[in-house]
Amino acid sequence: MLRLDGVVKTYPTGDKALKGVTMAVPKGQVIGLIGPSGAGKSTLIRCINRLVEPTEGSITLEDVELTKLGASALRVQRRRMGMIFQEYALVERLTVMENVLSGRLGYVGFWRSYFRKFPQTSIDEAFRLLDRVGLSEMVDKRADELSGGQRQRVGIARALIQDPAILLVDEPTASLDPKTSRQIMRLICELCEERGLAAIINIHDVALAQMFVRRIVGLRVGEIVFDGPPDSMTAETLTEIYGEEDWSATIREVDEEADEEEADVAPATSGHMPEADRDRLAGLT
Amino acid sequence: MPVVRTGEIQVWRRREPAKQLAIWFAWLCGVALFMFCWSIISEKTTWFFVFDAPRIAGDIGSRMFPPRWSYIDQLWLPLWDTINIATLGTMFSIVMAVPVAFLAARNTTPSTRFVRPLALLIIVSSRSINSLIWALLLVSIVGPGLFAGVIAISLRSIGFVAKLLYEAIEEIDEDQVEAIAATGASRAQIIAYGIVPQIMPAFAGITVFRWDINIRESTVLGLVGAGGIGLQLQGSLNILAWPQVTLILIAILFSVVASEVVSAKVRKAII
Repeated sequence: MLRLDGVVKTYPTGDKALKGVTMAVPKGQVIGLIGPSGAGKSTLIRCINRLVEPTEGSITLEDVELTKLGASALRVQRRRMGMIFQEYALVERLTVMENVLSGRLGYVGFWRSYFRKFPQTSIDEAFRLLDRVGLSEMVDKRADELSGGQRQRVGIARALIQDPAILLVDEPTASLDPKTSRQIMRLICELCEERGLAAIINIHDVALAQMFVRRIVGLRVGEIVFDGPPDSMTAETLTEIYGEEDWSATIREVDEEADEEEADVAPATSGHMPEADRDRLAGLT
Repeated sequence: MPVVRTGEIQVWRRREPAKQLAIWFAWLCGVALFMFCWSIISEKTTWFFVFDAPRIAGDIGSRMFPPRWSYIDQLWLPLWDTINIATLGTMFSIVMAVPVAFLAARNTTPSTRFVRPLALLIIVSSRSINSLIWALLLVSIVGPGLFAGVIAISLRSIGFVAKLLYEAIEEIDEDQVEAIAATGASRAQIIAYGIVPQIMPAFAGITVFRWDINIRESTVLGLVGAGGIGLQLQGSLNILAWPQVTLILIAILFSVVASEVVSAKVRKAII
């Protein structure tokens, strides 16, 4: 459904963020994209919806070549790609409802959106989604009044109301505590299953990725160095992706029954990943 | 290195000796220049007038009291005019400043090469000319009166409002803009949803602040014939009616205090 072919991104500073990435995402597949900071994970998913312009290569979404589109055709295709951000990227001073409805901006004209006259079908869908992500009480709250986990739920609803074919998810849990991280990952994966959505999820927390996704792609300095199911990951693959470290505590049996109480002790699972730890702490403080 | 090793001990100083000496020398030059300027000013001053100043000030002061309270009846209208000049001037300036700010901000300008310098030129030229000078020009162009005052105030305010606003636009959180762009929103929608909510508090603060400044500026515009209470001040000074001058100064003081109270309240309500 989504194909990347030799995607290269060179920043004006000369940094090569992506060095010819080729991969395919079939319909309905959820992919965990792992790799150290600076490996090009964020650049990769931003190249797909062209928030970052790829330098070379082609990206096709359902037979539409995204890399060659003009501005208005690109806007139409962006509606098919929902994006979820690390720092939620909600418009802080707008209400939860306005934030969710902003996912429909690509479908309505300027003045309708300016006067908040969205079609009733969109409003119905917004209520349904807010109910689904468990925020039906928060409709009129301003986004900056919510907690991190609640904000990310709004972000998820905003991405889903676009009626996307694929979700591009950039570090959805890096700013959240371990328990909320699991809840958010579970929610994203459940919603993808319900709606048959494909997703590319950038994630630092290898254990969390193993727990929820069925395919993992490892990126190192702009190149794919691993692509396979989570249980085929070994200490060697992690060493190849991240570098030398004791990985014994990171690779665990995938625990399907992981209940939420147990999630409270989850930090230990990432104890040997300095990157992930630092990001998590940054998000918590 | 500021660390010097003398035998066993490492001595740390803030600066290296040469740098320390240079700083002393710079201070010496500064003091010498100050003394030199002082001597020139002293030569050019007629010290008799300076020593006489307290007596004259006391003389004028004694003539200024008590204020002529009955004169207030003639001040209400000019005061109202003054407030109107400030308010209308601020409103017009905002209408013109908002587009200029979006053209000047690095992250919203259509072209950094051509449009941005032009917008910055508008801002600089508006800011570099005092509203009293704008008023002098406009009185001769559109004739004396309120209208000249309103235009003078608005022309002077464009630069101020646009500068602060474009700085606010440049400081927004780009993540929110990116998120709106990722939904497939058009440029206008990105501005309305991604940028405008973020700059709203700054915008309101700037507007009220400028209105507050404009109240003060419009009190003197009458001196050059551009309407408002300054006209009365000019008239009273010309006929040496000191008790009236006192009352006018009191009236100006109260209107400025009132405007400060209002703007503080509004700003508090916004933030």
